[in-house]
Amino acid sequence: MTTYLSFLGPLAPRSTIALARLGVIAALIALIVFGALRYDNFLSSYNALSFLRYNSMFALIALGMALVIMTGGIDLSVGGTAAMASVVAAIFSPYHWAAGLAGGLAAGLVVGIINGVVITRLKIQPFIATLAAMLAAYGTGLLLAGNQSVSVSYDSGFTEIGQGDFLGFPIPAWIALAFYIAGWIALERHPVGRRVLAIGDGEATAKLMGLKVEKTLMGVYITSGLCAGMAGVILAAQFGAGQPTEGVGWELFAIASVVVGGTLLTGGVGSIGATLAGALLLAMVFNILNFENGLGWISLSAYWQSVIRGLFLLAVVILQAKIAGARANG
Amino acid sequence: MTTLDTTTPAQTPAKRSSLIWISRYGTLVAFLALIAFNMAVTPNFLSWQTLNVNLTQVATIVIVAVGMTLVIATGGIDLSVGSLMAISGALAPMIFLGTIYPIPSPALAVTLAFIVPVVVAGALGWFNGFLITRWSIQPIVATLVLFIAGRGIAQVMTNGNLQVFRNDAFQFIALGRVFGIPTQVIIMAVVVALAAFVIRRTGFGRQIIAVGGNEKAARLSGIPAVRVKRLVYVVSGALAGIAGLVVVARNSASDANLVGLGMELDAIAAVAVGGTLLTGGRAYVLGTLLGACVIQLVRYTLLANGVPDAAALVVKAGLIVAAVFIQQRAERG
Amino acid sequence: MLLSMKAIDKSFSGVRVLNAASLEVEPGEVMALVGQNGAGKSTMIKILTGAYSRDAGSVTFQGREVHFSSTADSQSAGIATIYQEINLAPNRTVAENIFLAREPRTAFGLVDRRKMRAEARAVLKRFNLDIDVERPLENFGAATRQMVAIARGVTQNAKLVIMDEATSSLDEREVAVLFETVRTLKRDGVATIFISHRLDELYAICDRVTVMRDGRTVAVSAMKDIKKLELVRTMLGKELTAFTAAQRNREEADGATLVEAKNLSAGVRVRDVSLAIGKGEIAGLAGLLGSGRTETARLIYAADRRDGGTLSVGGRQTAYAQPADAIADGIGFVSEDRKVEGIVPEMSVRENLTLAILPRLQKSGIVDRARQQEIVERYIKALGVKCASPEQPIRELSGGNQQKVLLARWLCMNPRLLIVDEPTRGIDVGAKAEILKLLRGLADEGLSVLMISSELEELIAAADHVTVLSDGRSVARIPAAELSEERLMVAMAHQDGEAA
Repeated sequence: MTTYLSFLGPLAPRSTIALARLGVIAALIALIVFGALRYDNFLSSYNALSFLRYNSMFALIALGMALVIMTGGIDLSVGGTAAMASVVAAIFSPYHWAAGLAGGLAAGLVVGIINGVVITRLKIQPFIATLAAMLAAYGTGLLLAGNQSVSVSYDSGFTEIGQGDFLGFPIPAWIALAFYIAGWIALERHPVGRRVLAIGDGEATAKLMGLKVEKTLMGVYITSGLCAGMAGVILAAQFGAGQPTEGVGWELFAIASVVVGGTLLTGGVGSIGATLAGALLLAMVFNILNFENGLGWISLSAYWQSVIRGLFLLAVVILQAKIAGARANG
Repeated sequence: MTTLDTTTPAQTPAKRSSLIWISRYGTLVAFLALIAFNMAVTPNFLSWQTLNVNLTQVATIVIVAVGMTLVIATGGIDLSVGSLMAISGALAPMIFLGTIYPIPSPALAVTLAFIVPVVVAGALGWFNGFLITRWSIQPIVATLVLFIAGRGIAQVMTNGNLQVFRNDAFQFIALGRVFGIPTQVIIMAVVVALAAFVIRRTGFGRQIIAVGGNEKAARLSGIPAVRVKRLVYVVSGALAGIAGLVVVARNSASDANLVGLGMELDAIAAVAVGGTLLTGGRAYVLGTLLGACVIQLVRYTLLANGVPDAAALVVKAGLIVAAVFIQQRAERG
Repeated sequence: MLLSMKAIDKSFSGVRVLNAASLEVEPGEVMALVGQNGAGKSTMIKILTGAYSRDAGSVTFQGREVHFSSTADSQSAGIATIYQEINLAPNRTVAENIFLAREPRTAFGLVDRRKMRAEARAVLKRFNLDIDVERPLENFGAATRQMVAIARGVTQNAKLVIMDEATSSLDEREVAVLFETVRTLKRDGVATIFISHRLDELYAICDRVTVMRDGRTVAVSAMKDIKKLELVRTMLGKELTAFTAAQRNREEADGATLVEAKNLSAGVRVRDVSLAIGKGEIAGLAGLLGSGRTETARLIYAADRRDGGTLSVGGRQTAYAQPADAIADGIGFVSEDRKVEGIVPEMSVRENLTLAILPRLQKSGIVDRARQQEIVERYIKALGVKCASPEQPIRELSGGNQQKVLLARWLCMNPRLLIVDEPTRGIDVGAKAEILKLLRGLADEGLSVLMISSELEELIAAADHVTVLSDGRSVARIPAAELSEERLMVAMAHQDGEAA
């Protein structure tokens, strides 16, 4: 019977996308090895820890963005949300460190709910809905902050969230790690993950299959809002101030991380681990550049990082397109 | 299967036609209402001063948004416009200040400072179009590449330094006046008029709409969809280049970190409020002009009446959602 | 009785599409539901699955009167629907697709992946399908996907499976496998409603047939009690007479050949196709779905690239790179999919009509509105397009009128060859006859037409000769004098060199 049915078998190798995803992780490892061999202090705990401390914000935002993109949506509001959340967190920080944390998360939650409602109830495209939310979040942040940065309290222990260590590891990195583990479980092991990806595969189909599409979408935008809120809290805690004008362009960098991580913008395909790798890969470009300049052989200004990041994105995007093309023709 | 099956239960005709009316003229009505409101409330509203302030504020956004309208009409989007502005804005002073290569004739230098940046921006726009058409990369991702790399290129070119200059001939593009009208406003008007004409009356305009409306059908009707798309991104890039020139000329300074920052979203907002849906197949150039004016006027109205600028952002957000919501509702009928 | 739909009425904006229609299915039986496009099959199914609500009548399922408000509703009641375009998530694995939205869970509420895998394998095994359930669905062919969809339905305890044109994208081997699945279902007491345009399939698998026409149920019969010709006659009803309006009034063409394609090939869909079209002829192109009809037409039009073969038009060898080149050489192409490849929905009738001749209407880039207007008015009149004004968006027109505009899009450039793919699909009877008559008239004036149609009667009525494709090869060329349904069907069933 099996031979009779052999023509029904798979037409393509297991998943070329998964292969590309491995490529990103391989590139990250290659970059780390390159750095370790070339620069003396690259693997020093100081460099590694400050790298993680600073980039955990971006990793968090990329996580939320990845989930949104897997449903076939997009969230342009993350930068504005992070900025607003940093302000709210700073305002609440004098009462208790937890108040600051809760305040920032609540700010993210509110933006997430608004995004979800506008997208699922008013049926407005995610691009436009979250674009508007971004403006509103910046506006609200500036209003709350009175157009300037808001200093956080140094007495309540709030700054520990951004600057402290736990078991010799930066707290923000712990937080990002916890979010990523939760995200991974949700996506890979929990039924909700199947839902997220199935919606990205086709919303109408998902609905026909009996999935609660709107509820899932709502949850995804709320998650993205919470991630951005958390990033805002870390921002405020790390730099000692709520910064209402920070976060410009974060959304697009997050999208770049997600794309580099092999998540297709059309939705339906994606991986949490590769998203982290993508975010770290883009961040590491900057780190390596610093060290290269430190060697003194060449002097590349810090501005090259954008150019190189752009080139990375370009390479990944073309690679993905070629894979997609090969699949379509195969 | 049959055509009848797809008929949706219609709303009451009266409700539908009023929705259509709002979606068609809502932006115009909002514009007129804002003017009326300001005439009544805001002191010194009816003055040359006010008009000039508002028009110069809006000019660069409109110039970029017109290109964005064409791109969106083909079903695409261009996130790179802000970065292209930065490149063009960085390049121009380098040319007439002789940073790249000293040009002896000031007239030639200024001429080149006008032409080269726009050509470069247009070429980068072509690159966007190339990525999109050659590899079928989604426009939002393809233009993200230059969004990120473009500003970096501008920063690398200037090493991140502020270029301060005074060059009356070059700055005429922003600070000059023709018959008392600021040059940048004239440029804006010309761009709008040209684009509106192209869309309505030329074959290229019809091709843009057809490609955005149904690319497969357009291709099968012999329309060179690839060429049309690339050209649209070239136009968008070149217009961003012009806007970049205007911005640096206005400021007498070019800061690659700031020129055009966030412009892509401002332009998209103007397009959306102006009634061009992001799904493609339509282009309301005049609507975009109106959309940008409404957004600007809301901001001005709030500012002039003591509401902080930040609140205007929130209002702008509401405006965008409301405008798109009404259009979609009218659409579904 | 498992399902009983009685006296169902349904109207859309005042137009009645179902008129006291009925449908009854016994447990474990395979019921064929047939009828021409527009007969009301789809509406009937949509009412059954809860996608539409009914205006009047009763639906009884498993002995209870039911009012499903959504497809999810009917699914949980035990009705699974398998569509032509498979409604599953292509990037998810086979197992995930079967269990999406009701995954087996572990004690922690996470997906019990082991159990899910095992159960997926078990259910597929019942259908003799031994595949890696951990692979994304898109890695599998259409038949496998259909079976996964059925497996999904079965695990939901479906008592009734609806297959809506489920076989139309499958080749014969795949159809055979799918039929095996249907028989397995039958053994388990699951009933099937089987909708297909391929009559032979009905005879192969169905127990009974319900025939619908113009929104009514016109016949119910045991499959073995109704002859194919009688079935066709019942389906078509008065339509047969409509086609006679397009009677050809000339014999075999006068000899001059316009198009000659030799040994065309492209990919797996077109292997070896040769055909010739004379000047002023209507050449038919017949074949089952998937035989390469549309693909052949697209090769001639350069919408797709050919791998091999030669094409000469008007005595000259051609190598068009893109449709624009074919258009410039006087070839027009009306696609089978009006919505996806034909109309630009937001544009007006005027702009849709002149889309292909835009280059000729321009003077230094600017469209000559006066000439455009004149052409549009002329063709609206000549073809009898019913529209409020040329400025009306084309999406508001009926299918027949849209089709006329699309024909006009090409006629207004005075083509030498017009390729029409399923020109009467989804069009009401009157408009059908009109369009066929129009094509005949144009051919009489010297236009060559290549007409693809899956409606044999249409080919017989209109074509001067028919080239029959089977599995990507041209296997017969039948002149008008010898055309009959029988002859066409024998040729279409041709396989690997031996007549069936």
